[in-house]
Amino acid sequence: MSEPLLEVTDLSVHFPTEDGLVKAVDGVSFTLMPGETLGVVGESGSGKSVSFLTVMGLISRKSAVIGGSAVFQGQDLLKMDNDELRTVRGAKIAMIFQDPMTSLHPFYKVGDQIAEMILAHEDVSKKEAGQRAVEMLRRVNIPQPQERANQYPHEFSGGMRQRAMIAMALSLNPDLLIADEPTTALDVTVQAQILELIDRLQSEFNTAVALITHDLGVVAEHCDRIQVMYAGKIVEEGTGDDIYYGPMMPYTWGLLRSIPRLGHDTDRLTPITGSPPSLIYLPDGCAFSPRCPYVFEECHLTEPELLPVDGHHAARCHLSYEDRKRIVTNEVLATP
Amino acid sequence: MISYIIKRVLWAILVLLIVVFITYLIFFMLPSGDPAVRLAGKNPNPLLLAQIRAQFGLDHPWYVQYFLFLKHAFFGDQYGWPGLGLSFTSKVPLKNIIFERIAVTAQLAFGAAIVWLVIGLSVGILAALRPHTLGDRAAMGVAVLAIAMPVFVLGPLALYVFWFKLHWLPGTGYYALGRYGFSPWFGHWVLPWCVLALLYAAFYARLTRSNLMEAMTEDYVRTARAKGLSEKRVVLKHGLRAGLTPIVTVFGLDLALLLGGAIITESIFNLPGIGQLTVQAVGGQDLNAIAVITLVVATFVVVANLIVDILYAFLDPRVRY
Repeated sequence: MSEPLLEVTDLSVHFPTEDGLVKAVDGVSFTLMPGETLGVVGESGSGKSVSFLTVMGLISRKSAVIGGSAVFQGQDLLKMDNDELRTVRGAKIAMIFQDPMTSLHPFYKVGDQIAEMILAHEDVSKKEAGQRAVEMLRRVNIPQPQERANQYPHEFSGGMRQRAMIAMALSLNPDLLIADEPTTALDVTVQAQILELIDRLQSEFNTAVALITHDLGVVAEHCDRIQVMYAGKIVEEGTGDDIYYGPMMPYTWGLLRSIPRLGHDTDRLTPITGSPPSLIYLPDGCAFSPRCPYVFEECHLTEPELLPVDGHHAARCHLSYEDRKRIVTNEVLATP
Repeated sequence: MISYIIKRVLWAILVLLIVVFITYLIFFMLPSGDPAVRLAGKNPNPLLLAQIRAQFGLDHPWYVQYFLFLKHAFFGDQYGWPGLGLSFTSKVPLKNIIFERIAVTAQLAFGAAIVWLVIGLSVGILAALRPHTLGDRAAMGVAVLAIAMPVFVLGPLALYVFWFKLHWLPGTGYYALGRYGFSPWFGHWVLPWCVLALLYAAFYARLTRSNLMEAMTEDYVRTARAKGLSEKRVVLKHGLRAGLTPIVTVFGLDLALLLGGAIITESIFNLPGIGQLTVQAVGGQDLNAIAVITLVVATFVVVANLIVDILYAFLDPRVRY
């Protein structure tokens, strides 16, 4: 087995606020192998974006208390100063964001914005950077890339802007692409195109991808491994098949029931009741216990560990393996 | 882009025509009584009145007068272009007076503008980059004080301290650059510039700070950081560019209004600018002078708006249509 590309250990990101300490990310550990696709799923506020923004050094250390380590190619990103981080950002780890409408600068031409990134990391002429920007736009299937490079973001559609963001992110052939809800702001038809594009480019560039999303349907299809996050912690992790066909944690069950699945009666989508807990006053015991339909006494007392179920599949739950297996087979996956 | 500029210019001309019409209505149609009688002085006789009416064009029907007014304003009269007519009180052509006064006011306005832009923008930028620190809070506190301090307090105070007590700077009055040389000219301008600029500097510092702080939280600034750009480039090229663009609008209008005369500053420092002329014209009921000043100020505002609109289209590509 080769060296992991990114190894995050016990990452915590706490924001001191006037109301108290917001534990946005609390003890998250995971590894990402070169060329692998990791899906990170969870509701808003589960800490999935914050953990990766922290890895990128995009969370201000003035506003947050950051703990743990994030070793990327042998170096701890969390210990780097800004100048060192800058050589990694963009060149080795690139990121695309949720809203392509606001992620590109409205005042600069799209081609120039891509070229700016190339120029920041490589000693090439402006002309060459511009040509490479056009070439990247071509690779993400933007028609007439030469003309498009000379246009401003507001002349692009939403899907095209996200393509341009992807073109920019991959222009320096990074080892890791962090895609933070890349399709959330887009039309459904465009969503599929963008995900296919990421898939295709990932194999062309051999880039590892961290796909952050709240949509379990999206990650199941595109990811080698999936981790489910809730209230700043990983509550379940495993392969796509593990999560999709044998989930072992009531929160994951809730996520699965709330998306339409082939062969299921779509009239009977069940939302997860309640809302995510306050990250300042987390419930005692299991953070999901107030919303969990299978809750019992133990859940309110101690927090369950992230324990292996089989192989690399692990989950945080006090229910016995047999109980969970039964519930999954009879209730969660059963075709009505 | 070209069609946008042409459109804006045509609109500006239309606005100016409307402004002239309203000005004309207010100053020549609404006042009761015959302006000729007021002009004739204490002992009017029919001959004198007829003479005055002929001299000032008051013997025509009002619409002819209006078109003459327009014609003179846009194409000039016997005193040159633009034809601004005679002063009702001193009976000399207003054109030369107005231009002399504008020259003084323009020196005041542009000098003050440089002062307040330099101070306001730099304080605002520094405060925005270190928000909620002691320096930021101190700067913004001083800014609030400066905004609260009226020019008629600050002006005499500055004169008292720097002229009367410390003798660092010469007193009031206007010393033309061409006639007296650089040093007296500059010395007499320092206080008016700084006093007038203080309020604006404070206002611009606060505006710059809030605009830049907001811009720095935008998604595209996060993108710029994620691209691995240097922090300097992130702030200057991505943050400031977006944060300062709205200030162009405010600046254009502030400067235009100032060019219409800073009455209080000009009075305190005894500067013969448009503001002083306005006070004199109103005091002497010099209707034509008031009308012409209104017209000139309106022209400044319209032209400044036009320049701001065109500049904005260059700065923000989304505006072009």
